[in-house]
Amino acid sequence: MAADGLGDRNVVGARGGGLTATELADQARRVAAWLADQPGEHLVFVDVSSEALPVALFGAALSGRPFAPLSYRLADDQLRRIVDQLTGVLVAGPGVAERLGGDVGLTLVDRDELLAVARDHDRPLLDRAGGDGDDVAVLLFTSGTTGPPKGAVLRHRHLTSYVMATVEFGGAAEGDAALVSVPPYHVASVAAMLTSLYAGRRVVQLAAFEPEEWVALARREAITHAMVVPTMLGRILDVLEGRGDAVGALPALRTLSYGGGPMPASVVERALRLLREVDFVNAYGLTETSSTIAVLGPEEHRSAFASTDPGHRARLGSVGRPIPGVEVSIRDEAGAPVAVGAHGEVWVRGEQVSGEYVGLGGLDADGWFHTRDSGRLDEDGYLFLGGRLDDVIVRGGENLSPGQIEAVLVEHTAVRDAAVVGVPDEEWGEAVHAVVVLQPGAEASTEELQAHVRANLRSVCTPATVELRSELPYNETGKLLRRMLRPPESSDQVR
Amino acid sequence: MTGGRDDRRPSSGRGVHDDVIELRPGQRLRSTACSTELVVVKGSGPLDLRCGGAPVTVLDDAEPVADAVPSPPFDDGTLVGKRYAHDGADLEVLCTKAGAGSLSVGDERVEQRSSKPLPSSD
Repeated sequence: MAADGLGDRNVVGARGGGLTATELADQARRVAAWLADQPGEHLVFVDVSSEALPVALFGAALSGRPFAPLSYRLADDQLRRIVDQLTGVLVAGPGVAERLGGDVGLTLVDRDELLAVARDHDRPLLDRAGGDGDDVAVLLFTSGTTGPPKGAVLRHRHLTSYVMATVEFGGAAEGDAALVSVPPYHVASVAAMLTSLYAGRRVVQLAAFEPEEWVALARREAITHAMVVPTMLGRILDVLEGRGDAVGALPALRTLSYGGGPMPASVVERALRLLREVDFVNAYGLTETSSTIAVLGPEEHRSAFASTDPGHRARLGSVGRPIPGVEVSIRDEAGAPVAVGAHGEVWVRGEQVSGEYVGLGGLDADGWFHTRDSGRLDEDGYLFLGGRLDDVIVRGGENLSPGQIEAVLVEHTAVRDAAVVGVPDEEWGEAVHAVVVLQPGAEASTEELQAHVRANLRSVCTPATVELRSELPYNETGKLLRRMLRPPESSDQVR
Repeated sequence: MTGGRDDRRPSSGRGVHDDVIELRPGQRLRSTACSTELVVVKGSGPLDLRCGGAPVTVLDDAEPVADAVPSPPFDDGTLVGKRYAHDGADLEVLCTKAGAGSLSVGDERVEQRSSKPLPSSD
């Protein structure tokens, strides 16, 4: 469709260089025709966001193969274990083949070889895309919080449904350009490729995030749209403040969207203050739901930020309202809907929601996906998240949301980062334990931090103990790994 | 209607009458009078959907008739990526490939709809 309607538009790469939609389509069709002659089922991709990514993604789709991008940051044995579950062709970035070891059951092709196929004008182009909405489009291995990574299955109908429900074809203006700095194995990268192409917006990739590099690239390419994960935004703001003129630094930027993890309200507020003309979008989604299912839009950010009403102001901590075609319901442990405003598990339903894993279905009998995220909906339908359900602290029969307590701790000026976990407790079952990273040079006593939490939340949320650390454990997509802060399960713990 | 075109109509997806197609969401259709291709977003049951004045057919591998032309007044063209809807027929389609003909249900035009895009989140 993009080649048909937007053929001459530049859709990938640098201004003045890169590929037009027609060129991308031709390159993808060459790769697809070549793939049709290759054995096995998948197209596995182990590389950074290189030039090979768009042609691999679309080439796989046209040839009817599932596209399986894997994290190059996995340990060698973990990577090999996943690769051993797949068949077909593997596109390898530099050094990957060596890491995999011998006797790999797939045809290894390095990045440059794939690009050579794509660019070879003597090669035939795949005539017509066959396949079906039910064919598997992408396999994304989610970093399991318990156990080994699971392969989340997204079929073409899920992705198509998401794109068509949320994007206007060719809706981007001619000069628009999107900066994608999330890696290829993150659902946001797949989504960005699809929605940008469909909208006709040029995609520029940053292979490895570094805040100075991000700002320099955004300037050089006159980036109008960007998507970042929360850990990136604070660092980008540091660089902009360091330059002394944030707005002047990024004159082309119009929309900055963020997601993939909780964003501290103080960082959003700082961003809104520094970049007043920029539209901010908070997007909540999961791999299993083809990325975004709820959005807090630019006007919602601005009106919450400007509001003197605390309830309205608190919206900045919300992930917004469900997008068209998506239903969200908050359920208790028995699966019954909770009262408006009450906490529970976030369930999602819609055409873009897959919830399927390799070898396992994932939707219940009524088509709902149980996200394992805790959250609540306010009376206007705004969704507030509380962290993974597995991380919920059960103290004296009451469920406490670590995310809520962390958000309050991080508002304290001395606190840079915080994680809250449940630790075994004789009296309460679990007690609230906070692990805090202080701002450089700052000091805060346990009592001070406890008083701060007590002043802002129900007293039961007050951490019984506070531990100081120099940093908290995050995985490579920016998710806080609370389970790593809990004491290890052992019989010695039972007193 | 020419005999050649009748031969190309697959039996699946067709209702009892030649002019009436059984619609369902997700179904891919093409014009028999031009290059237009569509996907059904909303719509079910039998409907006399036409492009360029001629009934559309299910998209398959068959080659379109080379000299097909749309009949006026249904020759304004259909644009790729645009949505077209007919409220009376509870129909909405998305154009996936452009063509010279324009859409109608019987003789009633199917109008282009503008969409309200979300803020981009990717």
